[in-house]
Amino acid sequence: MSVRIALASLCLTAPLASAAEPVEFNRDIRPILSDNCFYCHGNDASHRKAKLRLDIREEALKKKAFAPGNAEESELIKRLASLDLEEMMPPPDSHKKLTAEQKELLKRWIAQGAKYQNHWSYETPVKAPTSTPEKAIDELVDRRLASKHLQPAAEADRRTLARRLQADLLGLPPTPEEVDAFVKDTSPDAYAKLVDRLIDSPHYGERMAIGWLDVVRFADTIGYHSDTPRNVWPYRDYVIRSFNQNKPFDRFTLEQLAGDLLPDSDREAKVGSAFNRLLLTTEEGGAQAKDYQQRMLNDRVRAVGAAWLGQTTGCAQCHDHKFDPFSQRDFYSLGAFFADIHEPDIGRREEGLLLTTPEQEKRLAELAGEVAKTKKALDVAALTLADDITAWEKELSEETQPVSAAKKTKAKAKRKDPDAKLAAQATPILKKLAAKRNAAEKLIIRDYYLSVHPEILKSERVAVATAQKTHDAYRAEIPKCLVTTKAAVVRTVRVLPRGNWMDESGVEVKAALPHYLPQPKLEGRTPDRLDLAKWLISRENPLTARVVMNRLWMQFFGTALSKNPGDLGAQGELPPNQALLDWLAVEFMDSQWDMKHMVRLIVNSDAYRRSSVASPAQTAADPYNRELGRQSPYRLDAELVRDNALAIAGLLTPQIGGPSVKPYQPERYWENLNFPTREYMADKGDSQYRRGLYVWWQRSFLHPSMLAFDAPSREESCTDRTRSNIPQQALVMLNDPTYVEASRAFAVRALAEKGDDDQRITWAWRRALQRNPDAKELGTLRKVLTERRAAYKADPAAAKELLKVGLTPPPAQADPTELAAWTHVTRVVLNLHETLTRD
Amino acid sequence: MMPSELRAALTRRAFLGKTAQGVGGVALASLLAPAAMASPGVLSRLALPQKAKRVIWLSMAGGPSHLETFDPKPKLAEMHGQPMPESFTKGQQLAQLQGQKLTCFGPQHKFAKFGRNQTEICELFPQIGSVIDDVCLIRSMTTDAINHDPAHMFMNTGSQIAGRPSMGSWVTYGLGVESEDLPGFVVLTSLGKGGQNQPIAARQWSSGFLPSKHQGVQLRSKGDPVMYLTNPPGVSRDAQGGDVDAIAALNLHRDKVVADPEVATRIAQYEMAFKMQASVPKLMDVTAEDPKTLALYGCVPGDGSFAANCLLARRLAERGVRFIQLYHKDWDHHGGIKDGIALKAAEIDRACMALITDLKQRGMLDDTLIVWAGEFGRTPMSQGGSGRDHHSKAMTVWMAGGGIKGGIVHGQTDELGYAAVDKVTTVHDLHATMLHQLGINHEAFSIKFQGLDAKLTGVEPSKPIKEIIA
Repeated sequence: MSVRIALASLCLTAPLASAAEPVEFNRDIRPILSDNCFYCHGNDASHRKAKLRLDIREEALKKKAFAPGNAEESELIKRLASLDLEEMMPPPDSHKKLTAEQKELLKRWIAQGAKYQNHWSYETPVKAPTSTPEKAIDELVDRRLASKHLQPAAEADRRTLARRLQADLLGLPPTPEEVDAFVKDTSPDAYAKLVDRLIDSPHYGERMAIGWLDVVRFADTIGYHSDTPRNVWPYRDYVIRSFNQNKPFDRFTLEQLAGDLLPDSDREAKVGSAFNRLLLTTEEGGAQAKDYQQRMLNDRVRAVGAAWLGQTTGCAQCHDHKFDPFSQRDFYSLGAFFADIHEPDIGRREEGLLLTTPEQEKRLAELAGEVAKTKKALDVAALTLADDITAWEKELSEETQPVSAAKKTKAKAKRKDPDAKLAAQATPILKKLAAKRNAAEKLIIRDYYLSVHPEILKSERVAVATAQKTHDAYRAEIPKCLVTTKAAVVRTVRVLPRGNWMDESGVEVKAALPHYLPQPKLEGRTPDRLDLAKWLISRENPLTARVVMNRLWMQFFGTALSKNPGDLGAQGELPPNQALLDWLAVEFMDSQWDMKHMVRLIVNSDAYRRSSVASPAQTAADPYNRELGRQSPYRLDAELVRDNALAIAGLLTPQIGGPSVKPYQPERYWENLNFPTREYMADKGDSQYRRGLYVWWQRSFLHPSMLAFDAPSREESCTDRTRSNIPQQALVMLNDPTYVEASRAFAVRALAEKGDDDQRITWAWRRALQRNPDAKELGTLRKVLTERRAAYKADPAAAKELLKVGLTPPPAQADPTELAAWTHVTRVVLNLHETLTRD
Repeated sequence: MMPSELRAALTRRAFLGKTAQGVGGVALASLLAPAAMASPGVLSRLALPQKAKRVIWLSMAGGPSHLETFDPKPKLAEMHGQPMPESFTKGQQLAQLQGQKLTCFGPQHKFAKFGRNQTEICELFPQIGSVIDDVCLIRSMTTDAINHDPAHMFMNTGSQIAGRPSMGSWVTYGLGVESEDLPGFVVLTSLGKGGQNQPIAARQWSSGFLPSKHQGVQLRSKGDPVMYLTNPPGVSRDAQGGDVDAIAALNLHRDKVVADPEVATRIAQYEMAFKMQASVPKLMDVTAEDPKTLALYGCVPGDGSFAANCLLARRLAERGVRFIQLYHKDWDHHGGIKDGIALKAAEIDRACMALITDLKQRGMLDDTLIVWAGEFGRTPMSQGGSGRDHHSKAMTVWMAGGGIKGGIVHGQTDELGYAAVDKVTTVHDLHATMLHQLGINHEAFSIKFQGLDAKLTGVEPSKPIKEIIA
């Protein structure tokens, strides 16, 4: 839930430098200045007060903001202490107030010389000295722990480790047998072997994809207004495949931003370039092209800012960024990279690239041949019609003469209902002399004639129609994906005053990279999307590797090293362990952007393997575990809540990829959708039991069970999901047919086990939790079983009702009363906090 | 049901809360509050006197024409059929009419005078007219957006970018939830009979970057009133309660090993869900209402109409729900506005009067703020000879109760009703006013998001509309 929000407010007040320690600008001072002063005395020139800026030392000194070495004589300190409403800083209407500790820090900082540092994340990361790459993470973590006099927790037990690894690397629970084998494996590399096995699993890519799909805002629908579908699911599979194949992250970046421009562009790269098409679009009538052209530019700048740069670029749509050096011009210049993308401003998107397999390609060609053949046959047969058509044309021209109303009606009846489109095409041609018509025109007249004489050449025409229908039906089933193609005309991009798209007075800008970051050599050329992509993954770019590693860390520890993964700017957090983040970033680049290598390093570390149970002393010393002295327990992500239950119940269809699926959903949940109104049709068969990441992502009405567990709507790039704990989650787990059916299927499996009630309860317990229940746990579930048994015996109809939930019928031989009672036992197990928690 | 163990666990949470609060941080208050529905907001002390304890927001989705409802324009009637003077429209943002020939389109219904100040409103709304002395009309409202979806976002979140918290979320975040067994922010929707029911996305009641527990919960008149509220078939309330108890007992037992504060929260949330399963159906069941009350609203229980939702709004207000938002759709009159508006009037006129009257009779109007607003107004120019296009420069919004002056009109539009010209107000002003009545200083009510002190009222200056505050 709001842990991160709470953290956000915490960090700003936590004094970091104790009195003895030297004050450090980035750690101690910048957060105070940024949060309290930069809004009026920072980067945004148009909003700057008293022409004073405090984000640059020379500028601040020029205006005599402080006297280095002399805090008492410094204007800044005086203003902070002032009680005069005109003088005091921050001014009362800012509703900002510094704490006593913050004021003290500023005094000490000035006394120590008021030294500045460049913002940490714009500096090139370097590796702190460590012994070997394999030990680096632990050495860097342990150094911090020692400096803070914190004791690390012991390693977690093997069962917990197996569950943790499975959750983090696959998003699926281990079987009790797998856990037993791992517990019993005494070989020194037992753990590393398990890691390798999991990283090589095809489900690894699915797990890794979830976070990336949030960041790039992948969804099945357009977002605005009618929120209609579009073809993008092959991109989701591309992401899964990329992680499974361990595609280097630099290549992954190039393909997504500029897959169409790569010299070796192939179909895979083109599908990757669907990234550029994942934004929100509209089909609303009355939407203005320029308005949405601008919205789409903004959308892309925000997404690239969040996904690769960790910069809140959106702030600079209307004015220079208040806290970071990102200017309004940077905003529009970054947007100009995407001005070459071929797309409509408003309205329906195209169907996209046809993704045929070789077999499909062959079959499609055959079917097209069939269409051509039948058309040819029709053409040949139609040759005999020439005279008839001439005669009919004569009749038609007579009709246009003034005639009686009665005759007109008769003529109309004779014509049947001509195809409106054909009629429109034919009308001007009919005015020409037959001899002057070209072949295409003749064909139109012929088809027009045929359209009003359905009885003529009927069998030939049916053959054409049938062949066409077969061809089209086959084609419709072939996957398609929106991809990026370059437009012939590049859109003009201007800086929009106050972000107002109707104000065209701003200067025109060409594509350019944010001015405050290292620039590539372009030899005077205007850079394109490929240059942007190359720049993002260049060694000189200080941000990308840090941003990606920061988010990766979050997947394995619950909180990122710099805790706002979408913002590594001035208002973000200087990571408590910056050396660790920087080491990871450099190692990532040194390894040629090898994602599996980085995952391996992280999960093989001691830090990762620690127990997540916090002692009271640990909680007191480091309440949010920012120093990594232990692991953290947290609830599974929305998709994994589903996967976990289906897997435990034995219902999960493990198929990788394919079109998005539609699990059960409450009736009329889509009733507020329109243009067109839609009825949700839940999938039948195996598709009903697919993993959560394949669930149809309807932006405006995300599946309610996913929404309850904080899956983002993906209307905007999401770098950090909230993790709430709300009553809707209980309602989903207790009442959603998916979980009711899973409980029942789980109960069927339990009942198929040999043994008495206790043995079966134990079996089910182990399936979900991979440990034995203790006496109290066994007793609690035995009581549930006994009570439900008695109740369903008294009301067998109720038992039958419960068993009807879901598509999979229970085994015919099952005793309904017994199965219903057991369904409650397994339901309780699926609902346990422990079942839903990765710890 | 709750065993003493749970109480002990909650006490332990309270202890943890204290420790953590010592470290500082405003949002911790909500983070560590007892995990029942009822919980205090982050604003422990209110900056201003609280005139309104709750809000009922009547969202007229589609964009009602101010020219056929609350803004009389005799001059426009005179100009009917004549070209729209270019001085009004040059260089302006239009929606579907962009680039077309613009013709004045006179008001399609007559206006009549009501109340002690002889306020003129469309004669199709005599019931609202009968309570006009409790109503404050704001005829000078403007917005930034001109298409439905962005305009709704702007009206609800103060921003046209998805992902911002809706006002109901802001308010429950700030003021907390009073109801023990209902959510603090509830949304109801109803369809009009005219077939212009624009889509509404769930993001309109999303909590955005605020904690998810502040998201609006949609109540529906058909099917499950809340998603997944009903037990599975064949599961009695006893059986459900038994399972919830067993889950709680097992969670608590396990907590001895893991010592995770989330466990106590989880237990409390299950308990809350179980309570809601009883309280929500009770809330939805209006059969016990006095027949006179049903007649006042003119609704048939459970018909899903706007009137039925108004009655539910009163019931929610009585139960301490903080923010109640009703959407009534079908106001998008690009064509056939004459009949269309008449249909809408028939659907809402009596219900709005009934809501005001009912609350007043119960002494609740004083501390309940009612807001009636679309997402934008409509053009004084004709669209297709029988309708009006979307319009951002003028619209009428009205408020009642909650410390707002009744019987007055604030601001006005030009003589053709094209643009607000006197005492021009913005959506952010509306938000600032609403927050003001709730006791909140809109400028000081913020949360960190992307480094900024994000506010409902955005970054541009805005202010409460002081003239309408009693």
